[in-house]
Amino acid sequence: MIITASETATAGYHPASAPDYVPPPQLKELQLARLQYVVRRARDHVSLFRSRMEERGLGPRDVRSLEDIVRLPFTVKSDLRDTYPFGLFASPMSEVVRLHVSSGTTGKPIVVAYTKDDLDVWTSVMVRTLAACGVTQGDIVQNAYGYGLFTGGLGAHYGAEALGATVIPISGGNTDRQLMILRDFNVTAICCTPSYFLHLVDRGHELGVDIRKLPLRVGVFGAEPWSESMRRHLEADAGIEAFDIYGLSEIIGPGVATECHCHTGLHVFEDHFYPEVIDPDTCEPVASGAEGELVLTTLSKAAMPVIRYRTRDITAFVDGPCPCGRSIRRIRRIGRRSDDMLIIRGINVFPSQVESALLAVEGTLPHYHIILTREKGLDHMEVQVEVTPEVFSDKVGALEELQNKLVYALDRTIGLRIAVRLVKPHTIPRSEGKAKRVTDQRNLDA
Amino acid sequence: MKIHQLSLFLENKPGQLVEPCRILARAGVDIRTLTLADTQQFGILRLILADWQSGGAALRDAGYVTNITEVVAVEVPDRPGGLADLLELLEGSGVNIEYMYAFTFGRGDKAVLIFRFDNPDRAIEVLQQAGISVVESVEVYNRIER
Repeated sequence: MIITASETATAGYHPASAPDYVPPPQLKELQLARLQYVVRRARDHVSLFRSRMEERGLGPRDVRSLEDIVRLPFTVKSDLRDTYPFGLFASPMSEVVRLHVSSGTTGKPIVVAYTKDDLDVWTSVMVRTLAACGVTQGDIVQNAYGYGLFTGGLGAHYGAEALGATVIPISGGNTDRQLMILRDFNVTAICCTPSYFLHLVDRGHELGVDIRKLPLRVGVFGAEPWSESMRRHLEADAGIEAFDIYGLSEIIGPGVATECHCHTGLHVFEDHFYPEVIDPDTCEPVASGAEGELVLTTLSKAAMPVIRYRTRDITAFVDGPCPCGRSIRRIRRIGRRSDDMLIIRGINVFPSQVESALLAVEGTLPHYHIILTREKGLDHMEVQVEVTPEVFSDKVGALEELQNKLVYALDRTIGLRIAVRLVKPHTIPRSEGKAKRVTDQRNLDA
Repeated sequence: MKIHQLSLFLENKPGQLVEPCRILARAGVDIRTLTLADTQQFGILRLILADWQSGGAALRDAGYVTNITEVVAVEVPDRPGGLADLLELLEGSGVNIEYMYAFTFGRGDKAVLIFRFDNPDRAIEVLQQAGISVVESVEVYNRIER
């Protein structure tokens, strides 16, 4: 009898996942050796890093233990913008085999580079990610992350292929075709943003495609914060198990951390990405298990080593061992960023969640503005949305339906009843190319 | 046969109506008739203009969102039951009226009404078969005789 790989695979296990189970002492040894190497390389090849080390009187020999990482300078997003395009490269262009670029919301984009080895690392962490999500050889993976300059599409693509799954590289958009492919090819796993999947489910309802009745069983969702309530909705409406994955282009793309079937936080692939959680104000490490900003150091990246990158994502280490048996540490799901969170009636709300809801309804992102007020001690949130020619109709009913869809999408994404007001185009203030997103008129004494 | 109606989005707050009217005035575009549909939060101003292309361009240049819809101008006998007869005729044809409004003037013993149908071509066919006069667009844009 011939036994295929898919039959021998136990839930979430793949040979590439072995580093997930390395005992902590051994892992720390590996991390220290890699940290020392990456610091030396960054100092030798990246002038920004070298000058910051020199300002602090630090040499590569000053990293004697993992704890010494706190002595190293931080890297922030503006460093990547300011050194655009080649300033942070540590490898000659002859060794760089791939570039990705993320569109900056405030002007210049950021660029990230990969050597052949970097791509191999990226593929391996994506294999480990997908394996932890229960994807195995024999699965048919619809990859609806965008292909191109965005890291999501190609990152998931190479990981799924290396895992031995069948990959459908459909990229984002064209929802009706996505549904057709999903049904016709008996797709068993899908990779996309949670808000796009929500849109896919809703469109399926309209077209009479009940995703619960299809073989689809796994959703690998990332690239934006999403809530537990959204997970419950997606799982119930689509009959799938939804996994949260985490990554960022500045570090590698998707594949920095992933949930396993226990769904008790995201395992960080810390043999390649060293995580710290700091107080965003004091920049000091927080107590174990306390909430703070995630800081990541690439331990093995050659083309563009990034030391102590401040992600602005708020999380906390999850203490104790995970029932899945992985020894690599977990971080709590990231629901918010340190720079843009709003607290409304005690619920954390992010402009990014509003954006994903608007995007899901309208297909493109209209200009919007969030206005917070307090009436009789109760927070009130209104989202003003500019009417675009694409959605405008001469019929009152059509506009009211649009308004209702927006209210419903916001409710599902955020878990709060939020008022939506349609406003005339060009009435929302725009400043310095980036729209002012929030006006907080709450008077705490009211 | 069909007439172009220009709709624009307005917020429901004081002073919103004067601006588009002023813009049309400056562009030298005459308003033939109009109706305003409003909700608590927003309104849709629907206009029949003497020159919908120039009027629409002037409004869009000023930042308005506009929409062009084909509507039908129908002559209705100006007597009790005139409209009811017409509606009964349409009811049997399967054409839906999305909304309707009237011109401020008529033609002799006829009133002129604007209808927004879900299927204007079918509506015109039904009306003409019943001998009801559908007003030509040229007439509407230029000036219906008083």
